[in-house]
Amino acid sequence: MSAQSASRKSGSSLAALSSRPWIWSWTAAALAFSATLWLTSGRGAGELAYAALSFGAFAAIVGLGQMLVITLGPGNIDLSVPATMTLAATLALRAMGTEPGTAFYGLAIALATGLGVGMANYALIFLLRLPPIIATLAASLIYQSIAIWSNRGLRIKPPEGLADFSTGRFLHIPNVAWIALGLAILLWILLERMTWGRWLLATGQNLRAARLAGVPVEAVRAATYITVALFASLAGFLLASFSGGAALNMGAEYLLMSIAVVVIGGCSVAGGDSNVPGVWGAALFMFLVVSMLNSYGTGAGVRLVLTGSIIIAIVIAASTRRSKQ
Amino acid sequence: MRAGKPACAPFLEYEARMSEQESAPIVSLTDAAKHFGPVRALDGVSLSVRPGDCLGLVGHNGAGKSTLVYLINGGLAPSSGEIAFPGATEAADAGVRSVFQELSLCPNLTVAENLRVSLRDMKGASWRRTAGDIITKSLDQIFPGHGIDPNAEIDSLPIAERQMVEIAIGFAPRGTKARLVILDEPTSSLDAGIAEQLLTHIKKFCADGGAVIFISHMLGEVFEVASRIIVLKDGGIVAERPTAEFTRRGLVEAMGHVAAEGTEAAASAQRHTGEIVIQTEQGLTARKGEIVGLSGLAGHGQAAALAKLYLSSSSNWRAGHRPKCVFVAGDRPRDGVLPLWSILFNMSISLLRQVDAWGWIDRKAERAKSEEWKRRIGIRTDDVENPVLSLSGGNQQKVLFARALASTAPVVIMDDPMRGVDVGTKQDVYAMLREEASKGRTFLWYSTETEEVCQCDRVFVFRNGEISAELTPPNITEERILEASFHMQEAS
Repeated sequence: MSAQSASRKSGSSLAALSSRPWIWSWTAAALAFSATLWLTSGRGAGELAYAALSFGAFAAIVGLGQMLVITLGPGNIDLSVPATMTLAATLALRAMGTEPGTAFYGLAIALATGLGVGMANYALIFLLRLPPIIATLAASLIYQSIAIWSNRGLRIKPPEGLADFSTGRFLHIPNVAWIALGLAILLWILLERMTWGRWLLATGQNLRAARLAGVPVEAVRAATYITVALFASLAGFLLASFSGGAALNMGAEYLLMSIAVVVIGGCSVAGGDSNVPGVWGAALFMFLVVSMLNSYGTGAGVRLVLTGSIIIAIVIAASTRRSKQ
Repeated sequence: MRAGKPACAPFLEYEARMSEQESAPIVSLTDAAKHFGPVRALDGVSLSVRPGDCLGLVGHNGAGKSTLVYLINGGLAPSSGEIAFPGATEAADAGVRSVFQELSLCPNLTVAENLRVSLRDMKGASWRRTAGDIITKSLDQIFPGHGIDPNAEIDSLPIAERQMVEIAIGFAPRGTKARLVILDEPTSSLDAGIAEQLLTHIKKFCADGGAVIFISHMLGEVFEVASRIIVLKDGGIVAERPTAEFTRRGLVEAMGHVAAEGTEAAASAQRHTGEIVIQTEQGLTARKGEIVGLSGLAGHGQAAALAKLYLSSSSNWRAGHRPKCVFVAGDRPRDGVLPLWSILFNMSISLLRQVDAWGWIDRKAERAKSEEWKRRIGIRTDDVENPVLSLSGGNQQKVLFARALASTAPVVIMDDPMRGVDVGTKQDVYAMLREEASKGRTFLWYSTETEEVCQCDRVFVFRNGEISAELTPPNITEERILEASFHMQEAS
């Protein structure tokens, strides 16, 4: 908000645009998109966009959750996201047992798992005063073990209706993308229009100052750690339904992903500054950059090196812009 | 003093040569001044310290003691005037050392290693043993029977022993021998016996041709050890005389204002008989509609008492629509300002529960309230949506005042809120506080400026984390406050 108000005064609309940190992730996503299409001379644009929206949706959901936690300020992070996704998906799919009409029952199980995980994470952080990075990493080992124990190597298929829904589309846009979009709008409203969002942003800027201004900082922290776990469990539930069953390593790539989209999206790693549209742009970009490098035929090793370098370049571009304001 | 370059052994020989007497001053200040922006921390001080001098330096908070110390030890360069070290180029060469009350030892290193930190030239494989020898010798000299192991980590020592180590490092030979040692409140964490050992050592050190600047709020100690006492007030020296020419009463009076000033404000305050709204275990009480001042020397528990009071009367978990109290921070970056936000958001953060419905912020009401307070308290900005950091410190402070005063909380807690606020604004805020108090609000106000405290209806003076006096009109005078701030015990 402060960035927006500052830019409103700076006059030129181009300058105003470039001072918004989310513009960088969207620009990068657009560039990766056009670079891929340039190779195919424009063929397959619709398919690429559709795939980006489908896969980007999962990254966006976990990224939005992680964004809230990172907004809480230095040291706050949830490393249990992958384990939470796996556990929620495993328990939900097992509970549904491929029976038709159990989709909402499964969703409730997944969300209840998320709630439990979030409360456990926060309890470790608050009661044992563990640094969040240690608490969530250690707890994630437990969640992963519970998932292994309850899964026992079985791959249970999701009920057919749920599988159809999660791979289906509405108005040419994947259903999972609609869900991620809805969550993004909800979060934007929460952060920009509601007391709770202001409290979160204040806590992230300076916990002590926020507390002395009357913000109930522990309630804010607890709610945030629970929200990130709920988002992760929802993403796990949808991903398992989308890909035909829960797998023990299904969350693995979402650890780095959830943090990368927050950073690329232009949120302040130092806390206190959320950026909902930027996270969505970054989620699309993370998919598009890989498919771009794929279509140019780069090998796996080169692809990883290039992906890493591109991420670094975007973060530098976004952060130098912001410090010039 | 350039000779001190060689390795281990010659350090010990230095002690032997310590008796060389010089009658030229170790340091002399000519009209030295230090300004921080518009703040005149030190305003033209002339002073010289000769071998054998033991200077007692006293003064109230903000009188300029610390600034003076930093000018002498080379930590700050003077804005104008001159500081000379005859026979040396800089403070370190001249053998000027300082020992601070805030411990500056590295807690994860041993006693001997901490000596090495300030001793740049110590080389060789066995430097640990050499350093251990030097520090043990210095400790033995100052605190016979101390029992401190030079290989103990600072972490594992109690606070008093840490202070002893710090003092011993101050006096130890470190390439140059110590010629002028500045001790800032060295005895505040020492018990009487150890303090006595230190005073004895200071006397011996000065008799042997060293010099000491001794800063303490324990006036008894100053009288015992100092040969000359300098009184600083508002950045200038107001009295400099041999100790024998001072009486305790005279010294306290020299630190404060003339008696007439303090009484008029106190006389105007009326007696309050409203209900008691605040009562703490410590003995702090406040009635409805009262402005209660907290005074005493800085760092004696006032800020901690206020923070504790605020935290215990508000919650980490819930924020109701009617808060019991609000807090005005004086340490803005640490306790007050939310740096990424606009003036508007900074002002409204405590008011959100008053302008929201079901968690939705009524942005019109938020804006209207902020505009109103911007006008009332005179924040100099053309738009409340400007970043809060675009404001000067004084105007940022006004934002914090507005945040508190705009709320409906019946109790306002203020932790030295006038830092960096100009005189005109101060007068406006005083008037506003009076007006709010007459409407039934209670203010708890810690201030380092006695003048401000004298405007209160009731004053609690803190010393060493405890309330040492409760003053009510007509006894709220600078003298009474100073008297209660300083230890007035007889020198033993």
